[in-house]
Amino acid sequence: MSTKVIMDSETMSRTISRIAHEILERNKGAKELRIIGIRTRGIHIAQRIADKIEELEGIKPPLGTLDITLYRDDFRRRSDMPKVQKTEIPFSVEDKNVVLVDDVLYTGRTTRAAIDAIMDYGRPASIQLVVLVDRGHRELPIQADYVGIKVMTLKNENVEVHLKETDGVDEVIVV
Amino acid sequence: MKILIKGGRIIDPSQGMDEVRDLFIEDGKIKGYPRDTEELERDSTIQIIPASGKIVSPGFIDMHVHLREPGFEHKETIRTGCAAAAAGGFTSVVCMPNTNPVNDNASVTEYILLKARTEGVVNVFPVGAITKGQKGETLAEIGEMWEAGCVAISDDGRPVMNSKVMRYAMEYARAFDIPVISHAEDINLSSGGVMNEGFTSSMLGLRGIPNASEEVIVARDITLAELTGVHLHIAHVSTAGAVRLIRDAKRRGANVTAEGTPHHFTLTDKAVLGYDTNVKVNPPVRAKEDMEAIREGLKDGTIDVIATDHAPHTEDEKKVEFDLAPFGISGLETALPLALQLVEDGVLTLPEVVRKLTSIPAQIIKSDRGTLKVGAVADVIVFDPNRTITVDREKFRSKGKNTPFHGWKLSGCVLYTIVDGKVVFSN
Amino acid sequence: MNFRQKHILGLEELSSEEIKFVLDTAESMKEVSERDVKKVPALKGVTVVNLFFEPSTRTRASFEIAEKRLSADVLNFTPSESSVVKGETLLDTARNLEAMGASVIVIRHSMSGAPWLLARELRSSIINAGDGSHEHPSQALLDLFTVREIKREIAGLKVVIVGDISHSRVARSNVWGLIKLGAEVRVVGPPTMIPRDIEKTDVKVYYNLDSALEGADVVIMLRIQKERQESGLFPSLREYSRFYGLTRERLKRAKEDVVVMHPGPINRGVELSSEVADDVHSVILNQVSNGIAIRMAMLYLVASGGGNG
Repeated sequence: MSTKVIMDSETMSRTISRIAHEILERNKGAKELRIIGIRTRGIHIAQRIADKIEELEGIKPPLGTLDITLYRDDFRRRSDMPKVQKTEIPFSVEDKNVVLVDDVLYTGRTTRAAIDAIMDYGRPASIQLVVLVDRGHRELPIQADYVGIKVMTLKNENVEVHLKETDGVDEVIVV
Repeated sequence: MKILIKGGRIIDPSQGMDEVRDLFIEDGKIKGYPRDTEELERDSTIQIIPASGKIVSPGFIDMHVHLREPGFEHKETIRTGCAAAAAGGFTSVVCMPNTNPVNDNASVTEYILLKARTEGVVNVFPVGAITKGQKGETLAEIGEMWEAGCVAISDDGRPVMNSKVMRYAMEYARAFDIPVISHAEDINLSSGGVMNEGFTSSMLGLRGIPNASEEVIVARDITLAELTGVHLHIAHVSTAGAVRLIRDAKRRGANVTAEGTPHHFTLTDKAVLGYDTNVKVNPPVRAKEDMEAIREGLKDGTIDVIATDHAPHTEDEKKVEFDLAPFGISGLETALPLALQLVEDGVLTLPEVVRKLTSIPAQIIKSDRGTLKVGAVADVIVFDPNRTITVDREKFRSKGKNTPFHGWKLSGCVLYTIVDGKVVFSN
Repeated sequence: MNFRQKHILGLEELSSEEIKFVLDTAESMKEVSERDVKKVPALKGVTVVNLFFEPSTRTRASFEIAEKRLSADVLNFTPSESSVVKGETLLDTARNLEAMGASVIVIRHSMSGAPWLLARELRSSIINAGDGSHEHPSQALLDLFTVREIKREIAGLKVVIVGDISHSRVARSNVWGLIKLGAEVRVVGPPTMIPRDIEKTDVKVYYNLDSALEGADVVIMLRIQKERQESGLFPSLREYSRFYGLTRERLKRAKEDVVVMHPGPINRGVELSSEVADDVHSVILNQVSNGIAIRMAMLYLVASGGGNG
């Protein structure tokens, strides 16, 4: 099985910067933004985006973390038992522009679950999706608003996002 | 009917016999031990049973069985109970009076004997109640029941709690020279209990029956027996303390005998874990020390007899919450292999096991059975002590499938059961 | 680790890892109860039956709320109103419920072992909400959760359980849970109410409440259950209260930051003096909300981990 690095540390940093700019452009500033990271790696990416926005605008948008385990559509079919992690959304989403952040967009089911979860917290003005990698093979009509890199993959390939915070290095590889 | 049992190892403790011989049965009696069987073998009217490598012994006598008829025919009838006995190698059973109506008068005794004569394939010896209705208050018609055929009296299922009543019963029984069988349980100490009181019951949250419940009454009844001179037989001994009391009483020369059941010499109260109601029995199976004391008691003669306390119940009755399930194990068809396990464990020799199932119970109930002497009634069994079997309760001939031994791999299998010289069971 | 139990019948058969897993899962469940929309779709379409043979408002209400927060379909079945009065057996009642589509049965019964009978004979997942004097896993788990919340760690704590231990399923489950998580457990009560041979589980047995309280971190007071005890185990409530009732004075022997808990409802003036009862109330309220989180965790883990899908 060959391993291909499709994004290295430098590129990742520039990509996150670009995404932060795009978010600010589309939302005309940082005022009504609320950033929510999904699962483990989405949280760290969300943190970096929030930091970048603070750097650019002087305002740090409120940050939340979301565990979608209880919203999965497949939890009774899995052979492993995913542990339910904590969800912390210490702000109201009512009428705000929620920016969901995940590392990889694949079938779209995680995003669907995340949207359902957010809706249980209130009625946002909008939900926008940031992903570092879009690897295709959607099973639901979901699209990302901000994409780091788009890559064609085979179903038997794996896309792994490695981050300094969790894996010691910043890179995206296809295995 | 003529039967020739060829080449079996004949174990008959009543004659001190343990050797390979041929046995000839004619007209319902033991005709003899022929040395030369050539002529007999050519006689086509003679049924030949090949017994080489097998054991031939007097048919077993079970001193403690509940046949449930009259009154509880859904659990067992005299017909099915006797069929089960035959399959288990028992040619005689002694049945307890806790039927409905209670066997506390001669007409119930006669009913049981009539049913046994017409429908039972083995011999049935009824036990009469000590008190009317087994209520423990007034004496039952012991004399008339004895005349009708009862071989002992007992309120089994319940104790006689009033010591004065028990004393009078013992004294009165002496007139008819019959033993009093004691179900030793202090119902105040045992009240509400459903299993042995100990660590297991504490952890399972089930009320326990302490050893003291049995020992208190064993001590009392031994004392009363010594006072009155009656023959006291202690049913289903379950505690180490009771074994000790009986041992001491025997040393003093008291006229006391005792029985142990296969579940009490095989299981401990750990078998209850998981709330298996098939283990629920009264007296309960107890701790390891108690089980070992019973084995010790069998070994040194303190416990004279192996009896099953066969207590069948329907499946529905047992498939309920542990507290609600009735007490009892259906034991006729597992007794032999479990008793043979004692031989394998070095507790008893094979002849000793046979003795505790034949000549000794026969002595206690004063029966002329339990022997293969020439001229005796031909109650004989042939069994293979080495054949491995897997206990399958669905194959029981008893209506009661309530056994904790289902699925156990044991050795020992009855091949032929002969009563009054006729084959009533063959495998 | 994977929580792979199809049933939760008691704490005796759970490993310490499994117990910790339930507590951790409950942490996340607690958050659901703090939102505006207190619902997640995890058990959507799953039918859960609350089969309560004994009266109980708290435990049943707690389970019901937990089930609804997980979006399950809930059926409450109280046999005193129905077929059981007509003589239907426990098994038949449960089988009927299973035939109606119940995949999880939460059972409370007055006889020890009833949940085991169901687990043996049915296909559904069974959760024990209290069986006779045997176990009450959800109560013990929520007690452990509450203690962990307040004291951070359970290992090394001195926990004292006071009262009618022999008839208490709460005591038994707590003993298992606390010992597995490394606490030092002391049981106190009149000798007639201490179960035979309980020292074999590593608890220390005391008949004197004052000595048992020395240096205690946590005290769990049990209710004197009038409906469960036979008379004759102690002479009078007054005498019981004198020797085994908890007062502010007695509590001074425990550590200063001692936590007093009670599974409720409290017999004021018997197990606890009025002032102690007032103090205990705040912890009880905590226990109530923790109870829902724990029960949500139990339902979630059993419905998903048991191969029911």
